[in-house]
Amino acid sequence: MILSGGNLTCERGGRTVFSAVSLSLRSGELMQLTGPNGSGKSSLLRLIAGLNEQASGTLALEDGHGDLTIGQQAHYIAHQEAVKTALSVHENLAFWRDFMGGGDVGEALSAFGLSRLSTYPAGLLSAGQKRRLALARLVLVPRVLWLLDEPTVGLDSASLDRLVKVMAAHLGTGGMIIAATHVPLGREPDTRLELGASS
Amino acid sequence: MKLILALIRRDLVLSYRQGGGAGSALGFFLAVVVLLPIGIGPDQQLLARIAPGALWISLLLSVLLSADRIYQQDYEDGSLDIMTMGPVPFEMVALAKSVAHWLSTSLPLAIAAPLLGFLLNLDPATILPLGIAMMLGSIALSLLASIGAAVTVGLRRGGLLVSILVLPLYVPVLIFGLSASQGPASGPEIATAALLILTAITLVSLVVSPLASAAALRSYLK
Repeated sequence: MILSGGNLTCERGGRTVFSAVSLSLRSGELMQLTGPNGSGKSSLLRLIAGLNEQASGTLALEDGHGDLTIGQQAHYIAHQEAVKTALSVHENLAFWRDFMGGGDVGEALSAFGLSRLSTYPAGLLSAGQKRRLALARLVLVPRVLWLLDEPTVGLDSASLDRLVKVMAAHLGTGGMIIAATHVPLGREPDTRLELGASS
Repeated sequence: MKLILALIRRDLVLSYRQGGGAGSALGFFLAVVVLLPIGIGPDQQLLARIAPGALWISLLLSVLLSADRIYQQDYEDGSLDIMTMGPVPFEMVALAKSVAHWLSTSLPLAIAAPLLGFLLNLDPATILPLGIAMMLGSIALSLLASIGAAVTVGLRRGGLLVSILVLPLYVPVLIFGLSASQGPASGPEIATAALLILTAITLVSLVVSPLASAAALRSYLK
């Protein structure tokens, strides 16, 4: 499976965020996305997820599921964690399991060390715990492409180790990961994409 | 289908736990209905004549009051982003959220309204037609509110704009809902015709609202 993008240009609010960006990512590969603030790392991830539209260029997931869009085969973890504070930790994940067709909530919770907090209201979680709850979606619902926007923000070192382990397992089973981060992710990325400085 | 039910169930649980939904709308409704007779005075005949209209207007305003919350929170915490990446068309998500709003806010109001009509000296003969018309009309109210909420989702305190955008759409519902509620007072033929048109409005909203809401939300997410 290959995710390939050619000559992607993204415009937001009439301003060109980046132009002529090309990328290629194979099964089992990790891509690290770097660049200064405002260079369009988040915009590129949202574009791949189908949340933004590219102004020009092509984007395709070869050998993917033909009937589904790239977004429907991808996970997108961003700064907004999509965590409902009025629901418990377990209820939050149970909803996403039902909505996205996923597997075992307990397994996802334990992958990020949240089992003990299962019945806890999500509103009482700390920032790092909320982030872990969002990341637990990755394990909960199997999807081939992971788009991670600053996934390590707020994580302590133990949680970072858990994330690294989960990512390694995903890559090991032929998954693809694009991570926008400047933090080392426990392994050397297979490809790097540096977005240019914004003007 | 299962995941649509999951979404509706989640929204109902959220609106129940966070209050805000049915509670505040019902409180507002009750306040209007209690204050109106005091403001107008003890003229029973006058009250009976304006009762259906007063109840309908209270229903419209109460639904509007909670309308801007349909998508607001899911937009702000990023849930809508994830929902566009779900396995169902985004239109179904918009429809599910409108249904959840109807179940949590509009339907309880539509059920309570004819009963609270006693405070306005509502003619007992009109309770049944009023109840039926409100039940039907409230579906359209929630669906139309969903369009307004979607169009203003990115604006903080978009409540005023929702009201301005949605009020014109509510006028036909009010007109035909009201004539359908008069029951024997306006003659059975007119009431039946009005009820049919009200049904038509509801069905049209059912088709248009998910499309319009999803389109508006998508353009905000970009």
